Amino acid sequence: MSRAGSLRGYILIRIALMIPMVWVLLTTVFLMMRVAPGDPITATLGGKLSPEEVAERQAALGFDRPLIVQYFDYLWDAVRFQFGTTITDGQTIGDLIAENGGATLTLTVAALLVALLFGLPLGLIAGRYRETIPDAFIRLFAILGYAAPPFFVGLLAQLLFAQRLDWFPASKMASPIVQAQAETHTHILIVDLAIEGNWSGVWDVLQHLVLPAMTLGLLVTGVFIRLVRVNVGQALGGDYVEAARARGIPERRVVSRHAFKNALIPVVTVMGLQVALLLGGAVLTEKTFSWPGLGSRLLGYLTNRDYIGVQGLITFFALVVVVISLIIDIINALIDPRVRY
Amino acid sequence: MADPVLSLRDLRIWYGAERGAVRAVDGVSLDLMPGETVGLVGESGCGKSTLGRGVLGLLPEGAGHAGEVSFRGRNILDLKPRELRSMRGPELGMIFQEPMTRLNPLMRISDHFEEVLRIHEPKLGKKEARNRSLEALRGMGIPPTRYRQYPHEFSGGMRQRIMIALALVLRPAVVVADEPTTALDVLVEAQILRILADLRRNFDTALLLITHNLGIVAEACDRVAVMYAGRVVEQGPAYDVTTKPSHPYSRELLRSTISLSTTELHSIPGAPPDLVSPPPGCRFHPRCPNAMAVCAQQWPPTEATSPGRRSECWLHAQDRIPAGLEKPLERETIATSEEA
Amino acid sequence: MTATSTVTGSADAAPPAGPPRRRGGLLKKIAAPYQQSHGVQRFMLVTGTAISVIIVLLAIFAPLVAPYSFDTYQADGVRFPTQGEPSDVNPWGTTVQGFDVMSRTIYGARTALEVLVLAVVFSLAIGVPLGLISGYVGGWLDRILVLIMDALFAFPYLLLAIVAAFLLTNTIDSGIVVTAIAITVVYVPQYFRVVRASTLSAREATYIEAARAMGAKPGTIIRKYLFGNVVQSVPVIATLNAADAILTLAGLGFLGLGIQPSEAAEWGYDLQRAIADAGAGIWWTALYPGLGIVLAVTALTLVGEGLNDVLNPTLRRRRVKRPVISSSAVGPASAPEVEQEAG
Repeated sequence: MSRAGSLRGYILIRIALMIPMVWVLLTTVFLMMRVAPGDPITATLGGKLSPEEVAERQAALGFDRPLIVQYFDYLWDAVRFQFGTTITDGQTIGDLIAENGGATLTLTVAALLVALLFGLPLGLIAGRYRETIPDAFIRLFAILGYAAPPFFVGLLAQLLFAQRLDWFPASKMASPIVQAQAETHTHILIVDLAIEGNWSGVWDVLQHLVLPAMTLGLLVTGVFIRLVRVNVGQALGGDYVEAARARGIPERRVVSRHAFKNALIPVVTVMGLQVALLLGGAVLTEKTFSWPGLGSRLLGYLTNRDYIGVQGLITFFALVVVVISLIIDIINALIDPRVRY
Repeated sequence: MADPVLSLRDLRIWYGAERGAVRAVDGVSLDLMPGETVGLVGESGCGKSTLGRGVLGLLPEGAGHAGEVSFRGRNILDLKPRELRSMRGPELGMIFQEPMTRLNPLMRISDHFEEVLRIHEPKLGKKEARNRSLEALRGMGIPPTRYRQYPHEFSGGMRQRIMIALALVLRPAVVVADEPTTALDVLVEAQILRILADLRRNFDTALLLITHNLGIVAEACDRVAVMYAGRVVEQGPAYDVTTKPSHPYSRELLRSTISLSTTELHSIPGAPPDLVSPPPGCRFHPRCPNAMAVCAQQWPPTEATSPGRRSECWLHAQDRIPAGLEKPLERETIATSEEA
Repeated sequence: MTATSTVTGSADAAPPAGPPRRRGGLLKKIAAPYQQSHGVQRFMLVTGTAISVIIVLLAIFAPLVAPYSFDTYQADGVRFPTQGEPSDVNPWGTTVQGFDVMSRTIYGARTALEVLVLAVVFSLAIGVPLGLISGYVGGWLDRILVLIMDALFAFPYLLLAIVAAFLLTNTIDSGIVVTAIAITVVYVPQYFRVVRASTLSAREATYIEAARAMGAKPGTIIRKYLFGNVVQSVPVIATLNAADAILTLAGLGFLGLGIQPSEAAEWGYDLQRAIADAGAGIWWTALYPGLGIVLAVTALTLVGEGLNDVLNPTLRRRRVKRPVISSSAVGPASAPEVEQEAG
């Protein structure tokens, strides 16, 4: 049973498994978008253009062809990473991602870090001291964190920290001055500012980032707390922990090295689900804080009923989740020596 | 005659449950001499595992205890938790039943060993620690090439051997082995028993071997204690007890042991006793083929049936039975389905 | 939803009991978790249930409890102020459109209840039978269904609901039904998974084999035997999904999808309107609907988690006190006196 070989094998197999998954996702999106009667052009622009113009647009984009042909075209485009051009403002999805992807990325990464920073230690404490007062409070906090939707928390945060206390800005990603100053390198504002050495700009973005990241992070913190708590609790009652205690290992080390470390594995395993949760929450958070990310664009297209825009962004999000799940599975395999095919 | 390295005096370990207190260990007195292997036999649920853990001071949650567990003269149950913890490993060791789950799956074997050595002998250098560990493993037949592997890469039998090496690497004076071979197949079992026998010879380790298998006891132990319902009902040299048992329970246990010469299956009627409210009088009386009227009413005295042998039964104290109570106990036939 | 994946996959493994007993003690079955739990679990269960019941009652009796209707903008001929502070006439203030916040919050509970009930009914009606059949029959049908459900499951749940609502808004009139369907689409995979896992493990039980040997048809087996066992795992999932459903509903309302403002009051929608108010420092339009969401979701989650703790034996910790052994004599004649407090 050679280990290095199996790890490579695992990665390859896992990547191979991704393909059917992606295919099913793409097909699902395609079918969903075609569920509604009529075609996207009519739905979006029907009232605004003359019938001839509508027919022209339809032909140009291929909506007058049989469904099955459209399907294969769609798949073929998707493989080449072409997700179409929006109807209302003529942007390709690629453009959109370049313009707004960085903002969403910054927000979700920051939120994830916040959640890990608070969720893991709190979960550890709750798991170690189960059925005591601190545990009860932490659990309640976890439940409340999940129950309060990001837009409510965000609003309260704005009211308190931005209005009353004036500690942080209430919306947007950066002040207009900083926005104007920045040049595009990676399309991620904060990274671009850092590359240029514009540290006051970086600081500005960070300040704007605090409230939205904490708001979105709170959502996932609760999940992490619950997860770590249960797994630490179970590990502490487990067989190898009892054996470790029988060898005279001090309780502190038993908790940190044997229980906590092992409890982190399930956390990594469900990280994929958390990303999905974060993306959904990001849409809400971006609206609350006027954060210029992909979520805000999506909402715009929803309001204008721009089918292509909606379809393109949804497809992109779904693919992101699949890819991240893949990465997480690989990380999991690296950490846990038992995971091999 | 040396002093016993481990001495249990009237030990009681009761733990709380919804229905009432479970009297897992209810007044056990037992001595362990250096280099001696004492077998502790009994059915499942008779309290032997609790007793084994009690020797290390590993009591179940919410357990109350009374009596003494004296290790080299000191009652370990009175010690502060930190002192007790420092004794586990260098002085008291334990080998558990299911080797599959007793090693941390995320830690290499080397990590397991180096951790325990670092904790208890912090002055030991890295190289020295590694050598000690490799030596302990070599003694168990685990080659050094596998030192840095993970637990899941080993079979059950090998994991048990690793556990034994881990328990012994600090040379404890007393080792408790809780059913070390129950989860393993017969061939592996033989290997493990041979290893345990070598212990006795090479290191003077006192071993408390807990098992429900009388065959193992006959083969591997110097003395044996038979446990029933939280009490030791018979103690004595292994050979004597297993060939000429004096307590009815020991006798029944022997008869139910399956061997190559077994032609008929024999089992003890009834089910193990309820440890929350054990039967009055002698706890074995509901299932004892020799039960007398007195057995249901009064506690049997402990008699020394021969030097080094003790038995808790009215059969050996017939002269003290009150008049009229020697007649056989009348009871309804135990319907096994009732108890099940 | 991630709420159930505490230990990965724990909710899936319900140990198959014997053939399900008759329905005689339904009330007893409901009462059992409350009686068996203690300490924190019981607190969670009882508090959660109490709050949920209160909210449900408020929802049902909204017309009687709320001072006005959700779209009333005047009383006694006097128009309500817009963005008015809490006062005698409007105890919780008014919105930017001059509606009474208290009434809208209470009616919001009503909307939530309506959507919730519909969504749960739809999800159960679709998810449970699909899970049972897929788990029992297996083969191609099973594999296809699993593939579809996994794909749906992988989607960010809110996005899925958004798309569903987006697509259905023009075809179905009632915003409440649209939202309910959108939520159903998100949660059917959940029920499907859990029921299927339950079915898979129950399917191998000996009494099922016996029934098959006697010639029972698959439909009968599913109906009479599997259903009862498998249904055990549903209440916990249903409660936790109900909590999620409220969040999804609020999310959709916040984004302007689903329920039209003229149709009913909805908490999420009110919060979206409150964003502009926040800039002016107006807090009451945000606080009350938000609290409504938090309370409802928390209450349901408490019930779900409490039930999960009680019904899942591996997580249950019995609270028992240490027995005190006061005498050390040998033998029951002079047996130790035990003072025990079994909690």
